[in-house]
Amino acid sequence: MKKVQFKSNYSQYFFLAPQLLILLIFLYWPIIQTFKDAFTMQDAFGFGSQFAGFDNFLFIFSDPSYFTAFKFTIIYSFVITFITGSIGLLLAVQANKVMHGKSAYKTLLIWPYAIAPAVVGVMANYFFSERYGLLHHLFNNLWGFNWYENVFDAYIYVIIAGSWKQISANFIFFLAGLQAIQKTVIEASIIDCKSNIRRFWTITFPLLMPTTFFLIIINITYAFFDTFGIIDTTTIGAPGSETKTLVYKAYIDGFKGLDLGSAGAQSIMMMIIVLVITIFQFRYIEGKIHYN
Amino acid sequence: MTKYISLTINHFILSIGLLIMIVPIWIIFASSTHSSLFINTNGLQFFLGDNFIDNYSRVLFKQSGFFNEITALKMFFNSFVMATGIATLSVITSLMAAYGLVYFKVKYATFIFWLIFITLLVPLELRIMPSYIVMSKLNLVNTFAGLILPISASAIATFFFRQFYKSIPDELLEAAKLDGTNSLRFFIDFLIPLSKTMIAAVFIFMFVFGYNQYLWPLIMTTSEQYWTVVMGLKTMYGSISDRFAFVIMSMIPPVIIIIFLQKLFIQGIFQNK
Repeated sequence: MKKVQFKSNYSQYFFLAPQLLILLIFLYWPIIQTFKDAFTMQDAFGFGSQFAGFDNFLFIFSDPSYFTAFKFTIIYSFVITFITGSIGLLLAVQANKVMHGKSAYKTLLIWPYAIAPAVVGVMANYFFSERYGLLHHLFNNLWGFNWYENVFDAYIYVIIAGSWKQISANFIFFLAGLQAIQKTVIEASIIDCKSNIRRFWTITFPLLMPTTFFLIIINITYAFFDTFGIIDTTTIGAPGSETKTLVYKAYIDGFKGLDLGSAGAQSIMMMIIVLVITIFQFRYIEGKIHYN
Repeated sequence: MTKYISLTINHFILSIGLLIMIVPIWIIFASSTHSSLFINTNGLQFFLGDNFIDNYSRVLFKQSGFFNEITALKMFFNSFVMATGIATLSVITSLMAAYGLVYFKVKYATFIFWLIFITLLVPLELRIMPSYIVMSKLNLVNTFAGLILPISASAIATFFFRQFYKSIPDELLEAAKLDGTNSLRFFIDFLIPLSKTMIAAVFIFMFVFGYNQYLWPLIMTTSEQYWTVVMGLKTMYGSISDRFAFVIMSMIPPVIIIIFLQKLFIQGIFQNK
């Protein structure tokens, strides 16, 4: 907060009110409702409901398909973070070195960032369709690709669809991070260390840690939440529910299955996961990275 | 000599990156200029056909949807209203809330701070069902307000503006106070002009975010009159080349915004890093 501030009794509330009002009605009300749902059991016809304690939570923990979704979400976010992060970093390092065409590369690589995940999913759908799909044909010739039966093939499908546009985001932020490193630091390191590759890993990469860390969080959040549009337009969770993310499963159980209790409990479990990631971010990693 | 070799390698790697990002879109675009009959017999195309105007005008003006009640043009209009509404509302409320948090002594400041920022932990996807129930209690299903309000309920922009205000030197307020400027004047005459870049960046970010929403419009619109582009993609029926054309058109607004305003956007994000 500022050292110098306005002293006023009322006008601060005038500035805070619009946002607080919107948050209370459209965010806190549904959240309270979520907690209520999570601790009540509704009968199948929606006529009555009663307090259920932790029954909904016990139910999802005893449900094997919840663990399948959990496993898939973890694998999915790890793989997407790794693939998009490393390709984004590789491209950003190259783009930072070239003199000519830098802005052209930048513009053309940033472009897919703006495309909606659901649109990417619809596009991926065409490339993986049995009838027209180029990638389907390619993989089919290599090892007999069949995503609606083989879990591994379905993983490849949603990973390619999910990673593609996210490369752009990683590229933008890594490039900005690289450009923020001071020229003098790089020049000094050239004198001390002749090897390009060693210099990158010992000098440049540690200096990029804040960016890397920021991107890990961005990518995990993306894989958790934004990929909904991708799953819903590609595999719809098939084969079985092997490619359902936690968010997708909660949606299917709540909206299609009308099981509000289970959906509420699943939402609360996800809030806990997000909370843990955030605490991890502040406590553990932020203390260990170098800021320039 | 080695310098040229390494530069060549740089350009080579970048070109592969470009191919990965552009070829898929090009193939869909090229295919969208052929007739459906041609696509169905020959598969996806790499070269342009001659049905461009036919396909695109048909998609824009034809009645489509489950009950044939909406044209793609109307969906673009809906998406535009939704995205603009979300961007405008969240910029205004966040700008004000951040000002209230940074420039005033507020009673229960910590409590209000947490009340606002803990919401970052609960994205819309986590409260989708209860949000729908709340909206139907408020009679906001199938309205623009219903599409806009829950998505504007986000503290992400407040977070950005707050960081930005904190980086503004205290002397500015001291000087303004000496001149007897009141808080509303200071906000309008000093802070808003200073935050122009930031406002533009947040507006672009929220516009693209709003335009790209998929799940919320899917749930909130039972009437086809309120369908948006991104959700309409999956539900729209039509021949294969119609669908290709619609995919391409759906990307145009956000992509144009990002390409032309990328400098502003990136500047805004990194101004407070």
